[in-house]
Amino acid sequence: MFEGWDAVVLARAQFAFTMSFHIIFPAFSIGLASYLAVLEALWLWTGREVYINLFNYWLKIFAVAFGMGVVSGIVMSYQFGTNWSAFSDKTGPVIGPLMAYEVLTAFFLEAGFLGVMLFGLQRVGPKLHFLATLMVAIGTLISAFWILSANSWMQTPTGHAINADGQFIAADWLKVIFNPSFPYRLVHMVLAAYLTTALVVGAVGAWHLLRDRHLAGPRVMFSMAMWMATLVAPIQILAGDQHGLNTLEHQPVKIMAMEGHFQSHKDGAPLILFGLPNQSAGRVDYAIEVPKLGSVILKHSPDAPMAGLDTVPRENWPPVPITFWSFRIMVGMGLLMLALGLFSLLMRVQGKLYDSRLLHLFAVAMAPAGFIAVLAGWITTETGRQPFTVYGLLRTAESASPLAAPAVASSLIAFIIVYFAVFTAGVIYLLRLMAAPPHPGEEGPSHEVPIRSAGITPAAGAVTEGAAR
Amino acid sequence: MIAIDLAIIWAFIIAFAVFVYVVMDGFDLGLGILFPLFPEKRDRDVVMNSVAPVWDGNETWLVLGGGGLMAAFPLAYAVLMPALYTPMIVMLLGLVFRGVAFEFRWRTTAQRNRWDIAFFGGSLLATLAQGIALGAILQGVHVEGRSYAGGWWDWLTPFSILTGVSLVVGYALLGATWLVMKTEGELRDRAYHLSWVLLLAMLGTIAAVSIATPFLHIQYTERWFAWPNVLMTAQVPISVAVVTALLLRSLARKYDYQPFFLTLALFALSYAGLGISMYPYIVPQSITIWQAAAPANSQIFMLFGVAALIPLILGYTAWAYWVFRGKVKPESGYH
Repeated sequence: MFEGWDAVVLARAQFAFTMSFHIIFPAFSIGLASYLAVLEALWLWTGREVYINLFNYWLKIFAVAFGMGVVSGIVMSYQFGTNWSAFSDKTGPVIGPLMAYEVLTAFFLEAGFLGVMLFGLQRVGPKLHFLATLMVAIGTLISAFWILSANSWMQTPTGHAINADGQFIAADWLKVIFNPSFPYRLVHMVLAAYLTTALVVGAVGAWHLLRDRHLAGPRVMFSMAMWMATLVAPIQILAGDQHGLNTLEHQPVKIMAMEGHFQSHKDGAPLILFGLPNQSAGRVDYAIEVPKLGSVILKHSPDAPMAGLDTVPRENWPPVPITFWSFRIMVGMGLLMLALGLFSLLMRVQGKLYDSRLLHLFAVAMAPAGFIAVLAGWITTETGRQPFTVYGLLRTAESASPLAAPAVASSLIAFIIVYFAVFTAGVIYLLRLMAAPPHPGEEGPSHEVPIRSAGITPAAGAVTEGAAR
Repeated sequence: MIAIDLAIIWAFIIAFAVFVYVVMDGFDLGLGILFPLFPEKRDRDVVMNSVAPVWDGNETWLVLGGGGLMAAFPLAYAVLMPALYTPMIVMLLGLVFRGVAFEFRWRTTAQRNRWDIAFFGGSLLATLAQGIALGAILQGVHVEGRSYAGGWWDWLTPFSILTGVSLVVGYALLGATWLVMKTEGELRDRAYHLSWVLLLAMLGTIAAVSIATPFLHIQYTERWFAWPNVLMTAQVPISVAVVTALLLRSLARKYDYQPFFLTLALFALSYAGLGISMYPYIVPQSITIWQAAAPANSQIFMLFGVAALIPLILGYTAWAYWVFRGKVKPESGYH
């Protein structure tokens, strides 16, 4: 049953598993940190109490999500060494500094100001506190900058040379950092984080509006979230399209896998909407396709020729079915987000934003869409890069640690058990926090709350918990 | 022209990052280790409140240590991590448990006890794993070519168990003296009492590790006892004796701040001792800092960042500690 599950496959499974868990939390906290900064700015600017209530409400949720992001991130930073030591030795001189800069410019900034942001409003006053919130938000964005730079370099490596020890070394740091796919990937990911957060905020707002459409907090957050969906979903689709063109230029094989193009098309490639990619036979079974549309989208010309995987040696093929399907899931989620944004705009124009139950139900159902899209997008780009860790240059099989399969298998099992136990509990606590609506006087600066623990007094926590049951 | 030895500079930077990690996360891991000794919820809340605003920053130094090692000495990172595979995985899982406990235990009443256990267990496991990893590094790992070539249980020896237990005792002492500084009343009295016991235990483990280390390798023996090296290395045990005397006095006189900072000094001396033993190896007896060093342009590129940013980081970290200065009052945390 487990034949073929060698140490490399197990290490890949472990990386995919821990990474998938991890990416959910930054995707949420990047957007939420910016949202908190906006809420606090609006509070300082307008003095309206609803903003500080919302700030304190989402701050508690941020604290839990951020905590889970931190602990799962520490795992990632050591996993390069434990499971991918050959990769670390060879790419350390290039990737290492990028990640070290992430720690120096982003992680410390977030962590240093997080305590003040969570517990310090009474101690430092509103203005300094806003500075702390801003620093945390900026920290999350700087973090995205560096980690996506490192990841993009692995996808589209430039600016490097290889030394006598077989290590990659930087020939030009600017070319390494601003490698060809980096700007597209950064924009696509940050927008994804903003959309993901907006969909969660919108769903929580809609959930409470379904029960009472007059609640001030939920009205404000629902409206803000729907603006975000309306404005950003189309931009994101455009950004995704541009990213796709960039991928076609620099990683054509990945596009072939995403599109299911096993065969070359000399005079115009179809767009395969659905079908079952058959990797061993090298074709897509039961394909439903639109003739010429593939070429129109990717080359902006119906008769443009498109090369297929038949031009690529088989040992360089990525796993086509996974890439093909995860890409479709991501695009599907994007289209649903676009639909939600347009629907909400229609209701807004008609003055029914807070009254349309259908819209609210749709928004609640869309709560996980951002997470699904982020995961699917990440799977698309990472499996589409296979069988390489550094595209075209370093094979995944040559990147792994010299470990025995049982060692990797047992650590994988340990991670699965621990992550499910810990993060299931965390998600339950998050849902409990979201189950109660933000209320006037949501514990905030008007209360004399001295140094506290995690942003909520146990008494208030008990109340929230009771309300959720 | 004076040649600047980047490898030495980076060895100091990595050693500095790891040391800052040890002293900063050390005391909050120590609080976790001491958690079962404070069974009352009231006390536990105070213990946790005393670090809740800063622990995250403390742990970031661990990420810098790991990331910096990969960037500046990729070969050492690539050899040591597989060699320490099991302790590293255990440490990471321990840190997961204790890290989320900071948030989770306030979100639930029914399951609070569970997260208290997670906080204790996670802190204990992470500390034990770190101490074991240190011992495993000191005793040396089997290297062939550019990779680890030993088995996956090589790290487990009586010596590594000894260093593991030593670190648990040391972190617990840091935690206890931190509580002396940050609490008052009955809780502080108990922290004083614990500090006495733990200090005696730590002195015992320092002695045990100091006696055992020279037996690991002849190089260690020569480093410490060869003439005229011994004139310099003898400063370490002499300083340990002086600091210990001061620490005993500060505990006897019930000072607030001195015990914690003197314990830090004790850590610094032990750490210097490790440095003396290991230098110039980064993987003892196998790989020197020059062999493991990343190409110069990687080390220079990062040096700019470190020179500009570490002072800034230390600045705002100090500010965060300053914001939350003073005693944590038991009745102020919750109502």
